[in-house]
Amino acid sequence: MTLPVLSPSEIELRLERILPGVQKPGRYTGGELNQVVKDWQAIETHLALIFPDLYDIGMSNLGLAILYESLNQRPDALAERAYLPWTDMEAAMRQAGIPLYSLETHHSLADFDILGFTLPYETLYTNALNTLDLAGIPLFAEQRSNAHPLVIAGGHTTFNPEPMHAFMDAFVIGEGEEVIHEIVDAYQAWKRSQAERPALLRRLAQIPGVYVPSLYQPHYLESGQIARIQPLADAAPLPVRKRIVAKLPPPPTHFIVPYIDTVHNRVPVEITRGCTRGCRFCHAGMISRPVRERSVEQIVHAIEDSLEHTGFEEVGLLSLSSSDYTHILELVQAVSARFAGKHLGISLPSLRIDTFSVDLMDALRGARHGGFTLAPEAATERMRQIINKPVSTQALLETAAEVYRRGYTTLKLYFMIGHPSETLEDVQAIVDLCKAVLAEGRKVIGRRARLNAGVSTFIPKPHTPFQWVPCDTVEQITAKQTLLKHSLRDRDIKLSWTTPAETMLEAWLSRGDRRLSQVIYRAWQKGARFDAWQELFRYSAWLEAFAEAGLEPDFYTHRPRPLDEIFPWEHISSGVRKKYLLEEYRRSLAGETRPDCRESCFACGILPAFADLRRENPGEAWKCPEVKSPAPRSNDFSRYTVTGETQLDAQGSSK
Amino acid sequence: MSAEQMRLRITFSKTAAMRYTGHLDLHRAWERAFRRSRLPLAYSQGFHPQPRLNLAAALPLGFTSDCELLDAWLETVQPVEQVLQALTLALPPGMVVRSLEQVDLRLPALQTQTQSAEYEVTLLDPLPGLAQRLEALLAQSTLPRHRRDRDYDLRPLIEEIVLLAEDGPGPHLRMRLSVREGATGRPEEVVDVLGASPTSARVRRTRIVLR
Repeated sequence: MTLPVLSPSEIELRLERILPGVQKPGRYTGGELNQVVKDWQAIETHLALIFPDLYDIGMSNLGLAILYESLNQRPDALAERAYLPWTDMEAAMRQAGIPLYSLETHHSLADFDILGFTLPYETLYTNALNTLDLAGIPLFAEQRSNAHPLVIAGGHTTFNPEPMHAFMDAFVIGEGEEVIHEIVDAYQAWKRSQAERPALLRRLAQIPGVYVPSLYQPHYLESGQIARIQPLADAAPLPVRKRIVAKLPPPPTHFIVPYIDTVHNRVPVEITRGCTRGCRFCHAGMISRPVRERSVEQIVHAIEDSLEHTGFEEVGLLSLSSSDYTHILELVQAVSARFAGKHLGISLPSLRIDTFSVDLMDALRGARHGGFTLAPEAATERMRQIINKPVSTQALLETAAEVYRRGYTTLKLYFMIGHPSETLEDVQAIVDLCKAVLAEGRKVIGRRARLNAGVSTFIPKPHTPFQWVPCDTVEQITAKQTLLKHSLRDRDIKLSWTTPAETMLEAWLSRGDRRLSQVIYRAWQKGARFDAWQELFRYSAWLEAFAEAGLEPDFYTHRPRPLDEIFPWEHISSGVRKKYLLEEYRRSLAGETRPDCRESCFACGILPAFADLRRENPGEAWKCPEVKSPAPRSNDFSRYTVTGETQLDAQGSSK
Repeated sequence: MSAEQMRLRITFSKTAAMRYTGHLDLHRAWERAFRRSRLPLAYSQGFHPQPRLNLAAALPLGFTSDCELLDAWLETVQPVEQVLQALTLALPPGMVVRSLEQVDLRLPALQTQTQSAEYEVTLLDPLPGLAQRLEALLAQSTLPRHRRDRDYDLRPLIEEIVLLAEDGPGPHLRMRLSVREGATGRPEEVVDVLGASPTSARVRRTRIVLR
């Protein structure tokens, strides 16, 4: 469907008629405090930053907030926001012929130069297609011309970009702070050159961290496995290595203050990036290395600044593992001293399981406080060794008792089921552990003690040591969940879980190859969207889409991968060596744990991949050892360009 | 302690930019504006302290207003001029202070003081025979209505309706409806009785009448 490109005033006129009749129209108006409105005509490059889900969800995304603030500081570019409308609004917009528009100036997305999607999780894929369709832009990259915006995507899922390759002109792999500006620069240079679109794509492919899928061709074996991935142009590097920023830049502080409630209606401040723990199931922990920390001073200053500009009553101190932040105690003390009596809520998620964490939370606890959350993930020593999260049951029980003693009535525990090595005994241990934890609570505060157990299902993610293992079958997952549901019947325990169907979809999409793009397209055609919303998730549409595309879902999820298999994401490098992941996988099979790499470096590959950056930024800023060796003469450690037809080596990264 | 506090009565506009912000979110927008202003907003005592802010009457979603009333308590007495200046700088687009005064701490809560409110209603589309329809409506002694699983009589909640313009770009009415606890007349209900689509009516509240 092609919609006419309406002017902002025409869009506003039509909106006037439909907004009073839809749910939560405040999602669709923009105009909030701190939004940036620039003179459209006077600005050279127009970017729309898109979170393809509801405003209520997307407004809490920190990544886009960072890019929004940074891009709008450029005099030659503007960045506006767009989110996907809910189904009622979508129907009303389609009926009224209103294209998807930006919140700031109500320009149709088709009027923008660059559309930047963030795809932090796979269940946004059909929404991304729907976004393009609602904007009247061809879904397939190959059908777009100079008349259409450049369509790019970033976010964690792009470490396996292949399932979405057909719809995106380019992907950003890794951190966007610097590369987004290089993309804008390349776009402007191309536009001035008046060249055709392929010239733009070749320019983009030259930017480290940018993957242009149309410049690569995978070849398949008869089995459906990848034979090799072939670059089609000199401009196409192999592998495409992720981008990182050497030093975390000052955090954004001019957050847009929504007029309606959103999921995390607060100031988010990233205290560290990356994680040294090495939990083997954790995608984020593997792809966001190295660990970089902000100073206490910078964090406190950012909080002060943000509060002054927004008036928010809550701050979230974000990281993958808060307790591991070197200066966590100092930070907590500084924050509680600075903001005491200000009626400010401070959340500190991702705490380690020890009583020190309870002390930290206690120091932060002002007038507003929520529950306390811990993530033991597994309940037996054996499983903890396999996933490399060595927490002792005794430490958990002691911590839980302390949490209840300090006045929290509800403790939330996160567990994961579904690893192929897991038995029903391991699942039963989750039940026993939950009961033991609640018993601790009852000892301290009696019948007021509550426990929420969130049990998710393991998905073997790309670029992790478990990328070789299969998912549990739906039957296995169901059996494990049935055990939990039957045995965890207690009026003070609330159990939540993900349905096997949701898990399957996420697994297919995260592990898929290029052929999945046909499945995504067909599922979208059949009405799949908002797949992350249980009430709209249509499993049958996906199964039909697989059948029509002639693909077997189990091929992606239930097949143990041979150790020498070339993965669909083999040409994308997180900087962590495949050899290291394999070593970790073997250790997991042997039940051997790997200590926190702050203790000593285990040569995951990050340091050689980013040696130059580390050399230029010595000292405290990274948790990796310093690089003492002189810079290589070629001076091009961060790129690895292969020309012509090259078979990828099994390591997937430079040697 | 409360003797040192300052009670402010603020009359403010809620403009088109914020017309889809509901009552609770408006409350929060005020709290955030006070926090940005650095004025010492008072909070209630207890386990979950709440900002001491009190809105007179919820404004239905989609309406604009020139006359919303808010009572706010500050921890200490401040010069009114300074309060006004600080708030004006801190308010988001969509809220404008019309007037601000210090009032007696002992005044009863605003919600118990409201009696009626006036609205100006513009219909986006022409409505043939509007004058007759209005006359017929006002001639009724009861107007049984059903809203949110509740039956009620709209007629006693209508104090006055005046037709300001029947023609032109859109018909234009002024109405005064009751705003008492448990007896609040809604302009869109009147519009519905008149035979127009409530979603095509633009409503602006122009006055809140206190007892």
